[in-house]
Formats: sequence, C-alpha cells, structure tokens
Amino acid sequence: MPQVRMVVNGREVAGEVEGRTLLVEFLRERLGLTGTHVGCDTSQCGCCLVLVDGVSVKSCTTLALQCEGANVTTIEGLASDGELHPVQRAFHEHHGLQCGFCTPGMVISAVDLLSRNPDPTEAEVRSWLEGNFCRCTGYHNIVKAVLAAAAELRQQKAA
Amino acid sequence: MYAFDYRRPSSLAEAAALLRQDPEAKLLAGGHTLIPTLKQRLARPSVLLDIGHLAELRGLREENGGLAIGAAVRHGEVAASDLVRRTIPALAALASHIGDPAVRNRGTMGGSIANADPAADWPAAVVGCGAILRTDRREIAADDFFRGLFETALEEGEILREVWFPRPERAAYAKFPNPASRYAIVGVFVAKFADRVRVAVTGAAPAVFRATEMEEALTRDFRPEAIAGIRVPEDGLNSDLHASAEYRSHLVTVMARRAVEQARAS
Ligand SMILES: Cc1cc2nc3c(=O)[nH]c(=O)nc-3n(C[C@H](O)[C@H](O)[C@H](O)COP(=O)(O)OP(=O)(O)OC[C@H]3O[C@@H](n4cnc5c(N)ncnc54)[C@H](O)[C@@H]3O)c2cc1C
Ligand code: FES
Ligand code: FES
Repeated sequence: MPQVRMVVNGREVAGEVEGRTLLVEFLRERLGLTGTHVGCDTSQCGCCLVLVDGVSVKSCTTLALQCEGANVTTIEGLASDGELHPVQRAFHEHHGLQCGFCTPGMVISAVDLLSRNPDPTEAEVRSWLEGNFCRCTGYHNIVKAVLAAAAELRQQKAA
Repeated sequence: MYAFDYRRPSSLAEAAALLRQDPEAKLLAGGHTLIPTLKQRLARPSVLLDIGHLAELRGLREENGGLAIGAAVRHGEVAASDLVRRTIPALAALASHIGDPAVRNRGTMGGSIANADPAADWPAAVVGCGAILRTDRREIAADDFFRGLFETALEEGEILREVWFPRPERAAYAKFPNPASRYAIVGVFVAKFADRVRVAVTGAAPAVFRATEMEEALTRDFRPEAIAGIRVPEDGLNSDLHASAEYRSHLVTVMARRAVEQARAS
C-alpha cells in the first residue's frame, strides 16, 4: 500500500493508506483526530472542513494521497499553549454553538475567511458560511462570534 | 468507493501516456465531482491520475487580447485573480458564485468543463464568450464542444489543457441558483463584442445552448427591453423537481435581461 506523508497540526506524520482513503478517514481513524466531523459524507455540509495549505477544504471530498506533502490544520491544531484561538473563544463567548457538531467546520471556515478578509461585513460572513450547515443555532450567534473574532484579531494585530 | 490506485503524473505527456495504456484510468482534478460520484459507486476506475498540481495546467495569462486559463486553475483562484477582474470581470464573478468557498478552493475550471454537467456554470462562460478549448491534441471551438448531457467533444484519453477566452467589451452572468447546491437552475451569460452579442444558457436544457433570437435582438439594440418579449421554447427544456420546463423558459428571459442590465452597468 502507498505511504502518505504530511504535516498535521505542526507534526510530521506518515502512514499507509489505500488510494481511496479519504483525508477525513486518515485524520480520524489513523491519527485519532476526531475533532473533524463527518456530517453528510456527500460534500454538502462543511462539518469536515480542515485547512490544507491554509485554505478550507472538505476532508470528506479529498483523498489522503492528494495531500502528500501538504500542511494540514484541524480544529485540534488551532489552540496554542492551552489558549483557545480567538475564533474558538468567540464561539464560546457568543454562544455560537449548541450541540457542537457543526462547530469544528464553522471555526475552520471562519479562520479561512478572516485570513483573506480581516474586516468582513455581516453579509459577507453569512455568504461565506453558505457551505456550513448548522441544524441548531439559527446562525445568528455564529455570525456574531465571527464578527467579534474579526474585531479581536484586528485589535491584536494593531497592538 | 470501490478500490482504485492513485498516481501523480509529473507532466501532461506522462498523464496522456498513462491514459493510453489503461482505458480504465481516470483523470482527477479537484475531485469535487468525481469523488462524490465514486462514493456512490457510479464509476469504477482502476487508477486516478491526479493532474490537479501540473504546472502546465495551472497558468493564467493575457494572450491575444484575451485570457488563457489553465484547466487545473481553481474556481477560487479565478474569482480572486486581479488579472481576470481587470480583463473579463464576468468570469471572476461567475467563479465566485460556484458552490461554496471550500468547493471553490478545490474545484477546477477544466474539471467543470470536461464534466459538462447540465447545471454547471463554466459552460455558459465558455459558449457565451465563444472561447477556444485547447487539449493535448487540438483546439476545439466552444460551439463544437458541448454535445449533450455530460457529453463533450473530448475523445477517449484526451486532456483539456487550457481555455482561451476572447475579451468582450461587456459581459455578465446571471444565475438563478438552486438554493441548496448553488448549481444553476438557469444561468445566462451575455457577452457583447464589437460586432455581435452572444447569449449562452446553462441549467435549462441537457446541455448549454445559445439563445440566437436574443443574440440578434441584442446585436441590434443592447438593452434589456430588446429581449423582454423573447421566450426560448419550452420544448426540450429540463423539467424536474426544481423547476418545470415552462418555468425554466420564463427564467431564461428574466436571467438574460438581468445579465444585460449588469453588463451595461459594468
Ligand atoms: C457541494 C457542491 C456544490 C457545487 N456547486 C456548483 C455550482 O454551483 N456550479 C457549478 O458549476 N459547479 C458546482 N459544483 C461542481 C464543482 O464546480 C466541481 O468542482 C466541478 O464540476 C468539477 O471540477 P473538479 O476539478 O472538481 O473535477 P473532478 O471531479 O476532478 O473531475 C470531473 C470529471 O472531469 C474529468 N476531468 C477533470 N479534469 C480534466 C481535464 N483537464 N481534461 C479532461 N477531463 C478532465 C475527470 O476525469 C472527471 O470525469 C459543486 C460541487 C459540490 C461538491
Ligand atoms: S461531511 Fe464533508 S461536507 Fe459534509
Ligand atoms: S450547533 Fe448543532 S449543528 Fe450547529
């Protein structure tokens, strides 16, 4: 079986996979990184988003071997030194989750958005999150959380 | 998914040779159509040849007063490209409304064109601009490329390399999206050149087509009013749970008028 190598959350990893092994299967089943969720398995819901070389990607629609040599960040890799990432903290503070199933994908998607657009409007946040489904919150608090995180990240940068 | 092997050819020539050797091999670009298809076990390739990273397919440059876009350029890259926004902004706008951000981060222009989904957005731009499709073997005019439902002029093992879009004076794409998938229930691309106007319709029929009566009217008078009374016949249009043929026919006129309005404002 072929070997795949990539950097996941800053750590070099390698493993034997099949051609058909999905990135999400490699992350969850081989690496035990179960923070990345599979909601639909049909490329629709965005629960499974991870960052691949800095951009959000549906790990249920990407083969592990397509990520050979890539730099992958999952929800587990966002916090540093026990400190939540500002987007994670904002979801907590603004009650941006209920059951939490969609949250890893939401947070990863928001991190991708804020890396491109540090000062999005509410409409831009809503439109960006079109591919992230939440069956609990009604989205309002998620949008609030993303806008709050954007403000905090801008402040951090200015300081 | 059934089992398959995965390979990354290091050049277009190597990919073409591997396709010739193995009729069961299949190209993989962004995977955002192919992987969902494989999950449903609707195809059983022996090996996927990943061409998504090939430099020969990833160029984006000005050429001959138009734009040459590599087949493996991703939707999101087109949407964000300053060059595209400056030269043919309607292409950047079209790309920015495909699926969702994560789909645009992986899906490629060439994959969408080769796949020829009846509801895909790119075919409208290709036919609307009268683009030229360049493969590893030849050049194909847009009007000869799309043949029917998921059917193109590409032969067995032929690889789409890049697409050359002439630069219209004005152009715009208006789509009535399926709210869940964002695929086009009806999408209309209108492009005004110095001597003629082209109008291409996607989503409405088994394959993208030109609305020639609208083209003639708009060539005489490039205003939305000029086509207000023109209806594409329902005959042969798609009818499904999303929209009847009658409704699609209505939407073609509405979307075409919106596209003309947008093009005039651009
Ligand atoms: C949730 C979701 C929403 C979407 N919404 C939209 C939408 O709103 N509008 C829209 O237009 N599309 C939409 N798509 C489809 C998306 O744009 C796909 O990315 C695209 O249709 C296929 O491109 P790909 O690079 O992913 O191709 P792949 O899936 O890799 O390949 C598709 C097919 O084309 C062949 N192929 C790929 N590259 C070449 C080439 N260079 N030469 C010859 N053959 C080739 C492959 O062998 C395969 O048969 C959506 C997809 C998803 C999952
Ligand atoms: S699990 Fe990947 S998009 Fe839903
Ligand atoms: S919090 Fe339950 S799905 Fe979003």
